[in-house]
Amino acid sequence: MNAPLRRAGVVILVLFGLLFANLNWVQAYKADKYRNSSYNGRVIVAQYDRPRGGIEAGGIALAKNTLTDDTLKYLRVYPKNEIYAPVVGYRPVNLGAVGIENAENDFLSGESDTLFADRVKDMFTGNNTGGGNVVLSLSTKAQETAWKELTNNERGVTKGAAVAIDPRTGAIQALVSMPSYNPNPLVSHDTKAAAAAYQKLLKDDSQPLLNRATQETEPPGSTFKVIDSAAALANGYKPDSQIPAGSTYKESGAVIHNAEDEACPGGDTVTIKDALTQSCNTGFARLGVKLGRDTIVNMAKAWGFEDDKLTLGNLKENKGLPVAASRTGDMSNPDGSVDKAALAQSSIGQREVRMTPVQGALMAATVANGGKQMRPYLVQKLLGPDRRTIYTADPQVLRTPVSGSVASDLSDMMVSVVENGTGKKARIKGFTVGGKTGTAQNAAGADPHGWFIGFAYDSKGQAVSAVCVMLENVPGGHASAEAARIAGLIMKAAAGEGD
Amino acid sequence: MKTHRNAELGLLAFAMILVAIYAATVEANQFNTIHPTFWIPAALLLTLFIGLHFVVRFTAPYADPVLLPAVALINGLGVSFLRRLDIARAIANKKPTPGWFEGTSGHQLEWTLAALILAAVLLLVVRDHKVVSRYAYTLGLVGIVLVMVPAVLPSSLSEVNGAKLWIKLGAFSIQPGEFAKLALVSFFAYYLVRKREVLSLASRRFLGIDFPRGRDLGPVVTVWLLSLLVLVFEKDLGTALLYFGLFVVTLYVATERASWLIIGLVLFFGGVYVAYLLGAAVGGPFQNFYDRASIWLDPFAQANYNKPIGGSYQLVQGLLALGTGGLFGSGPGAGSPGLVPAVRTDFIFAGMGEEIGLFGLSALLVCYLLIVERGLRAALNVRDSFGKLVAGGLAFTLGLQVFVILGGITGLIPLTGQTTPFLSAGGSSLMANWLLVAMLLRISNAARGPANSGGSSDRPGGGPKKQPTQLHGAPTEVFKP
Repeated sequence: MNAPLRRAGVVILVLFGLLFANLNWVQAYKADKYRNSSYNGRVIVAQYDRPRGGIEAGGIALAKNTLTDDTLKYLRVYPKNEIYAPVVGYRPVNLGAVGIENAENDFLSGESDTLFADRVKDMFTGNNTGGGNVVLSLSTKAQETAWKELTNNERGVTKGAAVAIDPRTGAIQALVSMPSYNPNPLVSHDTKAAAAAYQKLLKDDSQPLLNRATQETEPPGSTFKVIDSAAALANGYKPDSQIPAGSTYKESGAVIHNAEDEACPGGDTVTIKDALTQSCNTGFARLGVKLGRDTIVNMAKAWGFEDDKLTLGNLKENKGLPVAASRTGDMSNPDGSVDKAALAQSSIGQREVRMTPVQGALMAATVANGGKQMRPYLVQKLLGPDRRTIYTADPQVLRTPVSGSVASDLSDMMVSVVENGTGKKARIKGFTVGGKTGTAQNAAGADPHGWFIGFAYDSKGQAVSAVCVMLENVPGGHASAEAARIAGLIMKAAAGEGD
Repeated sequence: MKTHRNAELGLLAFAMILVAIYAATVEANQFNTIHPTFWIPAALLLTLFIGLHFVVRFTAPYADPVLLPAVALINGLGVSFLRRLDIARAIANKKPTPGWFEGTSGHQLEWTLAALILAAVLLLVVRDHKVVSRYAYTLGLVGIVLVMVPAVLPSSLSEVNGAKLWIKLGAFSIQPGEFAKLALVSFFAYYLVRKREVLSLASRRFLGIDFPRGRDLGPVVTVWLLSLLVLVFEKDLGTALLYFGLFVVTLYVATERASWLIIGLVLFFGGVYVAYLLGAAVGGPFQNFYDRASIWLDPFAQANYNKPIGGSYQLVQGLLALGTGGLFGSGPGAGSPGLVPAVRTDFIFAGMGEEIGLFGLSALLVCYLLIVERGLRAALNVRDSFGKLVAGGLAFTLGLQVFVILGGITGLIPLTGQTTPFLSAGGSSLMANWLLVAMLLRISNAARGPANSGGSSDRPGGGPKKQPTQLHGAPTEVFKP
């Protein structure tokens, strides 16, 4: 009986050998996959084991942690609720993160390569020193003024956005989207409650989760005339060159009227400067057709239209809040030739022209900064867990659409808009303000959108702020006036004045 | 002839030192400090095992000295791991640290005491393993009854996690199948010793293999049907595989004919395959088995993972725990075994695997292998056929059970609800397996001791000594090359 007993022993050996081989498969070969599997609850527990870095601006905490008693050790808290949500975003337990929380996730969580030394130190000291801190370029004063003024606007408008940029650096001073949302319920450790809160926001018709400043493209209306003016000045026109205008302009079946408050002064011709000051539709429509489709489209591109790669984050990496591309749209007939009717309408920012508020602010900033468009950014500094500086934003020129002299002429013309023309509501005491209004038809029967893009120089001639305010479907006429008023207050706050 | 009892004592002490170190590491990771009392469970266990050691010293002095310490180590680590879970639960619920006899680990400690008492009683009462053969038919009947009871009982009294393997009496539940193994092995051994001549000699040759005559197939077919009934009505592939494997191996060892193995394997895998097909086609009693097989084939599929009942959630969580542990593990007390369902019972190996890693689990596997191989060695060396079959059958069953549950947890074979011997929380399994070890100790004593030891010749209390001798006392074929 011993031979079969020995064989039974061999069978057991083989079975245990199989177990051992399979254990190697599970614990060595597949280990990494299993360790990082989305089914693996440890992944999340480990992420919450270490305090996530804070997000702050102007010394005020925008995202921080509180210690909890549950398995996830730290709860993310956003003390300013909805005001900074479009920028800061949120990082939930189960859902995807957005905003700076998403863009700078590696740094905030401490997994970034730049924090490798901190992790090694932790290994020896046994501490969990946490992730790095992100300091935003936002001016809390400008951001909170923008939020307050947008939400308390005089026309009862419920949707809109505002962006303010430092023209000299590209640092974003304010970025507000209305309506916004409270990110705190979304990061609840009760994942069911968090998912329910998210679903509720998702089903909301006013789209509070949509970042209107970066993601929404709307017809820019007359603000687009800045592009036309730049194209004219770059092609030999002077601010006082006379261009044909008139009360109506018929082009290939399209009829261009002048708006109620945007009548052309004088008779059949007008200077470009006056045309911009009074926002003369017929003048700019004719000018656009005269300059030609390619000139207008290329000039728009030179100012940042069609750019679908722009992100607002740090300047080192191309990750951040994505900015939707602004578009000039198609102005061609089916056979490829120029559709002059479309060109005429596009030249006054209608038809298929679409712009984001960020793009509007960038245009104003470029004019104020002598034709140099600085790459916009939100991350001013990255600080290690011990608050040593790891990164400081080093401003970069993104593009130079026009020469300094063209920019200077444009600036004068835009200052005239605020001082003598349609943008008077944007005036600030003690500052030289320039800008351009826009009243954009968007849908049949709907109230027009009100736009204002502009900039402010302080008493020393420094360009302190450039801004874009967009209000959707403004009732009661003079849609751009309310936008101009809010823009002025934001720039004042960004310059460090006002309450 | 040396008894090696002192070696056994030394190994026991060493095993408990390992258990104490494990407990200290757990405290360091859970409390961030090691309490001066960390060694108490290990010391309590050591006291218990030394008690059994003295019983062995006086009643089975020649027994294999490795068996007891190897089992004690696994049992001790099991208690320590359960205590680790109790501590973590107490911390999570903001309760004071449980006392030594509270919580699952406290109960496990008490069960260990009960199991060791049973093992000691077996060693004290059964001074010669051959005596057992006298009660073979009784044991056979008891075994079959134990297997069948959960199948016959209503689900409310017998079903836990989809497997009908239990008898639930209020707060108390036992797994009769664990004890049935012991009874059935004794019966099979007795039956086969008597029938082995006819089973091994009368045959028809076909394709170069000796096949038994049709009329001799009766008992094999009976046991095959029995285990298939278990598969279908108790919804448990593992237990079925265990009983059938047990029978086929003892049959093979008794007759030395490979044809029995072939018939057995063909019957078993054929039966399993047909059950799988029936599960896919008609469902009903085969549904559970079919579900388990499909989970095994693709545990990570969304549909399988998210199925609320009978899904792959626990299998996947077990695999993730093992994978997270990796080569070295997180260290005792530093993992998250709480994420693995049934981590105190069926999935204890996965829970421990996260913390002790591939290296620790391999060591644990070697311990099991040592126990099984030492059991088989006792079978090789013991002089009587009955002892050979009992020791061989028990050792092989133990090895097979370890394979079935660990193979299930690691995704090697479809998962079935089996306890991990000596490790899982639960009294039935612990007591039955300690009885199994006591039986192996008894037989290894006869195998390693002087030819006339083992008590049969000089035990007045063992009943008339003629009968065992008459049955199978003659040392047959022991040293066949």
